Amino acid sequence: MSAQSLTYLFVGLSFALYIGIAIWARAASTKDFYVAGGHVHPVVNGVATAADWMSAASFISMAGIIAFIGYDGSVYLMGWTGGFVLLALLLAPYLRKFGQFTVPDFVGERYYSKTARVIAVICLLVISFTYIAGQMRGVGIVFSRFLEVEIDTGVYAGMTIVFFYAVLGGMKGITYTQVAQYCVMIFAYLVPAIFISLLLTGVPLPQIGLGAPLLDGSGQTVLERLDAVLVDLGFGAYTEGQRSTIDVFAITAALMVGTAGLPHVIVRFFTVPKVSDARRSAGWALVFIAILYTTAPAVAGFSRLNFVDTVQNTAYDDTPQWLRNWEDIGLIGWTDKNSDGQIQYGPGAAFEGSAPVFGEGRGPAGERVVTNSPTEVANEIYVDRDIMVLANPEIADLPDWVMALVAAGGLAAALSTAAGLLLVISSSISHDLLKKTFVSTLTEKQELLCARLSAAAAVIVAGYFGINPPGFVAQVVAFAFGLAAASIFPVLFMGIFIRRMNRQGAIAGMVSGLVFTWLYIAYFKFWAPAANVPENWFLGISPEGIGMVGMLVNFAVAFAVMRFTAPPPDKIGKLVDSIRLPVQTVR
Amino acid sequence: MSEPNDAQQAGAYWRANLRLMAWLLIIWFAVSFGAGILFVDALNQIQIGGYKLGFWFAQQGSIFTFVILIFVYAVLMRRIEKRFGVDDTDEPDSYDVAPDQGETIH
Repeated sequence: MSAQSLTYLFVGLSFALYIGIAIWARAASTKDFYVAGGHVHPVVNGVATAADWMSAASFISMAGIIAFIGYDGSVYLMGWTGGFVLLALLLAPYLRKFGQFTVPDFVGERYYSKTARVIAVICLLVISFTYIAGQMRGVGIVFSRFLEVEIDTGVYAGMTIVFFYAVLGGMKGITYTQVAQYCVMIFAYLVPAIFISLLLTGVPLPQIGLGAPLLDGSGQTVLERLDAVLVDLGFGAYTEGQRSTIDVFAITAALMVGTAGLPHVIVRFFTVPKVSDARRSAGWALVFIAILYTTAPAVAGFSRLNFVDTVQNTAYDDTPQWLRNWEDIGLIGWTDKNSDGQIQYGPGAAFEGSAPVFGEGRGPAGERVVTNSPTEVANEIYVDRDIMVLANPEIADLPDWVMALVAAGGLAAALSTAAGLLLVISSSISHDLLKKTFVSTLTEKQELLCARLSAAAAVIVAGYFGINPPGFVAQVVAFAFGLAAASIFPVLFMGIFIRRMNRQGAIAGMVSGLVFTWLYIAYFKFWAPAANVPENWFLGISPEGIGMVGMLVNFAVAFAVMRFTAPPPDKIGKLVDSIRLPVQTVR
Repeated sequence: MSEPNDAQQAGAYWRANLRLMAWLLIIWFAVSFGAGILFVDALNQIQIGGYKLGFWFAQQGSIFTFVILIFVYAVLMRRIEKRFGVDDTDEPDSYDVAPDQGETIH
């Protein structure tokens, strides 16, 4: 069977499985739709949280980014896992005890304010739509490469499938689909990683393989070779960072706090029966996440090494098929600057502009003609970092079924996260905006219908962003974290730990955190991208890390406003007391 | 099941919780921001299993520690809750589930 028909088979089978589960576990009530009835087992919820959490950014992009930036990529590894410690210690058990359907529910009740609820909904929508755009783009990439359709067509296909099971199944359908998606995803990630680790080092565990000696008899370990090869080409050493320490610190903090403040992750802890289950469940979630996250740096190191070996000083004619396949869909581009017919790889962008623009026809060596003007540096090749994980099986020359598996895994990662995001978007509209704010007369049945309709509308908006994406998958997603860190996390944290925090403080904090972070990011990314250099950054903190500062702004403003405004009513003190205890007392 | 009948008991439970949390967050900070970022260069002078130690903490060690921290928290919290009589182990699984208000929609 050809690689492509195998891919169709694997992807088709996995989709059939997800749809089957969605039909089996469809939601019957709003409680089913919002929190899967509230009786999900903690380990099952852990698996579902892992799938919910690990998006196209984790599966497709992360290892690719680490491959190209080495140590600096640690911000994603530590940031996206360390947040679960914050979640398990500071938020999940208390929000579970509070026991409502959505994150804005907590904000609205705790701060006794519809305004606070609506602002929380706005924060949630901004975060979730930013995040979901990245997922749809990931779906598009997988479809276009492996099923050889246009990226746009891939996005439409992804929209259709998510639409089907998120709209039908709600949280209940999503939970059990996510369990299946986790299995597909983790298998697809580990199989090539183990293969490649064995090929390079003879050690089956990639986590150990990355530090193990290479089998080529040189006596060097993988990391030593990487450092040597990259320094030779003019890059910095792989194991040493290029970013400033303060920026690495800020990005890691923003990603950690943002992780703990992501609404679609938080609501997963509303689905377990008890407070103690919420804590255990967070631990299990991180176990399942850590399996992929500790493998990712190994995949990154192996693939960078393989990539350099494959392209450096290789004549275009001798390059393997995968390189041309990715060139065909525009994610690799090559210009023979020194006309030697061979690819030279090195630091710096090969062309002006963020991505190659291809002209008609072929160049002298048979390559696609790139119309961007070449830069001064010797580097001749452009590689989209998103391709590294997907191309990995081909680069290492693994059997076709591994490639098909990786395609199915990438889709599972993107779809599971997209579904979780769609759910929080739809529940915040139907529950928080309609039922709790504007149309309190809504019946259960009407609310469920509204939830489904808003999920449907959200799919379409997400698809639009998928087709017109603002950047790399992981980059787009990184902004969602900044916004979550600056708005949702502080308001939840203060709601639990600061009894005196009142409505005015919370609202002022959320608004200032969100506005500050959004303006900083928008300024450097959209209005003045040319100014986006370390010299212009506030304290040397990049837009990716500004969420940490946004969080501090939020806290500072909230405490200042709190001091000059009336304390919250007595019943709020009682509410705070009750959420701090795992058992029922006051309420 | 015993419930705290006074605010004192609840207050003591809360302080024990905060103390435990503070210790675990110190470790959380030390392995990631400490070993993985602030002191990475110093630790990189040490080699373990083919990894520079600082690099290992940043890309592997901190993640393993995070997992352990959460389970330690879950286990110790259960103990603290038993001590103060506020544990939810006896609660039925359908503990906070409100009676299904919604009509079933087929």
